[in-house]
Amino acid sequence: MESKSMIEVKNLTKKFGDFTAVDNISFDVKKSEVFGLLGPNGAGKTTTIRMLSTLSRPTEGTATIGGYDIVKKDNKVRQLIGLVSEKMIMYDRLTAEENLRFFGKLYNIPKSTLNERIDELLELVQLTKWKDSKVGTFSTGMKQRMNVVRALLNMPKVLFLDEPTLGLDPQSTVEVREFIKKINKENETTIILTTHMMNEADILCDRIGIIDHGKIAALDTPANLKNSISGANTTILILEIANLTPDLITIVRYLKCVETISQENSTHIKIHAHGDDAFDSIIDAIRAKKGNIVSMQNIKPTLEDVFLHITGRTIRDKADQKIQMPNHGPFRAQRRIR
Amino acid sequence: MIKMGAKHMMSNSLRIAWKDLMELFRNRMGLVLLILMPLFMMAMVGFIFPSSTSSLSNVPIALANEDTGFGGYRLSSTFVMTLNTINENTGMMTIANASNLDDIREMIQTGNAEGGIIISSDFTSSIMNGQQGTITIITDQSNPQMSAMIQTVLNQVFEQMGTALAQQNIAEQLGIDPSSALAVVKPYNIQVQGSIEGEFSYFDFIAPGIMAMTVMMSVMTGLPAAISQEREVGTLDGMMVAPINRLSVILGKTLAQMARGILQGVLILVLAIAVFGVTVHGSIFLVFALLLLGVFSFVGLGVVLTSFAKDQETAVMMMTTIMFPMMFLSGVFFPIEQMPWFMQSISKFLPLTYVADSLRKVMVLGADIPAISTELSILIIFGVVMTAIAVPVFKRAMTR
Repeated sequence: MESKSMIEVKNLTKKFGDFTAVDNISFDVKKSEVFGLLGPNGAGKTTTIRMLSTLSRPTEGTATIGGYDIVKKDNKVRQLIGLVSEKMIMYDRLTAEENLRFFGKLYNIPKSTLNERIDELLELVQLTKWKDSKVGTFSTGMKQRMNVVRALLNMPKVLFLDEPTLGLDPQSTVEVREFIKKINKENETTIILTTHMMNEADILCDRIGIIDHGKIAALDTPANLKNSISGANTTILILEIANLTPDLITIVRYLKCVETISQENSTHIKIHAHGDDAFDSIIDAIRAKKGNIVSMQNIKPTLEDVFLHITGRTIRDKADQKIQMPNHGPFRAQRRIR
Repeated sequence: MIKMGAKHMMSNSLRIAWKDLMELFRNRMGLVLLILMPLFMMAMVGFIFPSSTSSLSNVPIALANEDTGFGGYRLSSTFVMTLNTINENTGMMTIANASNLDDIREMIQTGNAEGGIIISSDFTSSIMNGQQGTITIITDQSNPQMSAMIQTVLNQVFEQMGTALAQQNIAEQLGIDPSSALAVVKPYNIQVQGSIEGEFSYFDFIAPGIMAMTVMMSVMTGLPAAISQEREVGTLDGMMVAPINRLSVILGKTLAQMARGILQGVLILVLAIAVFGVTVHGSIFLVFALLLLGVFSFVGLGVVLTSFAKDQETAVMMMTTIMFPMMFLSGVFFPIEQMPWFMQSISKFLPLTYVADSLRKVMVLGADIPAISTELSILIIFGVVMTAIAVPVFKRAMTR
């Protein structure tokens, strides 16, 4: 793999009025790398993608793609990139082939080359049979496959994928993921994808930037991110307590060693804790309140845990401010990830 | 380099326009509405607005003859006979007999009469004593337009009858022939002639305006709707992320909407000629050139509004809010001269006023380019200024 950067982002900022959607972020993406932006809804992922794909103008900061400035040389950048947006970029009343031809022509591709490419791409996603059918009649999975190949018409060096599997059934999700890997391997396309699904980021990405409140909170390979918390003397426990009460959760939350706590369902809680005596003090605290521990699991960290670990402090800070509502904290933590 | 850019921009605009039209023609429902709209518009305006007062037919009128006579004479009978003879020829009224004013009131209230005529009780005695005989026209105030028309028609009829009577009397008294007697009674012979030969109706006045309005409305509501719809669905991003000039998007969309508008314009023109007997006296090419110029003159406004509108709903609402007063203030339905002064001033700032006006001149009066050069230059200035404002606003809005 070449170490040369395909994308360089420096202090990129986007404000909408008083609201800062993307707050001074910087990162590099190497050539033919798959780079993931992972974060909850509203974290600034889509805004970042829109700025990089020249659809939105940065308030401050800059970025280059293939050496071209995204603002000053926007048309050069557009030649290099493909965008798979969260929304389907497709006209329902046109056929699959007509859609691809329309968008292809905007890239000024010679007619014969374009015809070949349309056939190839339709073949690639097994839609050749449907090329004369209107896209409006397609299933969501078929549409998303079209949506992805549409972005490949100009053979982009950089492909942006904004939530590429959002709203797809499990089978289509797997297909789209396989397809993304294939494009990356065969064409050496650099890929930036956003997702709020931890396992998706884990499976697909070479490196992940965890983004929260418009800032990059952590950036590394999935393995390193996971090691970073298990190496830091962290205990992750899933406890099943038969008589689980909000009071019990509150008591555990304010133990010194506990970083985050989240309620999985009516009997299960998941606890992140640190320190050597974390395990003992949690169990002691629960037993002291007559908590009936039915089962216990000590688990390996996932990206989900990394995310909680990194953003957890702010979640807990907010819970502290709203101490009258003991349930607020853990449920909030859950919602943020989903 | 610039030349290449312009060429690419044009071909991309055409591609986008073609794509939009393809979408349009595959939308069956939309296409039907597209054709129905001008049809309805024409039918409404053509049949509801009266072409002239002579179109009154079979209007029920109550007649109360209260004349008591004088010295054995009853001049009112002659009057009623003459009125009946005239009415038989024109078929304007259906005359029903009534006994007095109260009777007529009741007939108007029950809807059995649209108006009434009362011949006063001293009708014969007044005339015999060298006074004027009184005839009262009763009108139905709940229907001002109708009552005004009845009033005009009856006045005309009575005036004619009066003149004929006077002519006869003078001829007898002075012993001169009737045509000389007419010159004594009515010294002026008033004739009306249009500047162009042929018969004209309200429809000739309104058809050019309706055409201008439909074409513009089509473009003005279509453009913001089309762009904000693509923005909402997300397909606009697909065009914006391609290396094309931002302006080709707006240009392409405008071309498509223009084609749609012109199609409706042609429909209206064909209907006007075939069904409503409108004749185009000027050049048909000039008519379409004017329509295109009209679109150019305020497409910029549409673009500015599109740039500000967040979604399709807002865009369409903004356009309707502007279009509605424009429809009435630009003299499409009513002459501008009828309006109060402040409305007249507003109408001077509406491009539609000049389009409707010049189109009327070309279609009805057969005017050529020099005759409408003022309107043409105003429209061009409108267009250039609006475009100059719209282009940077749109470019900014697209990379928000």
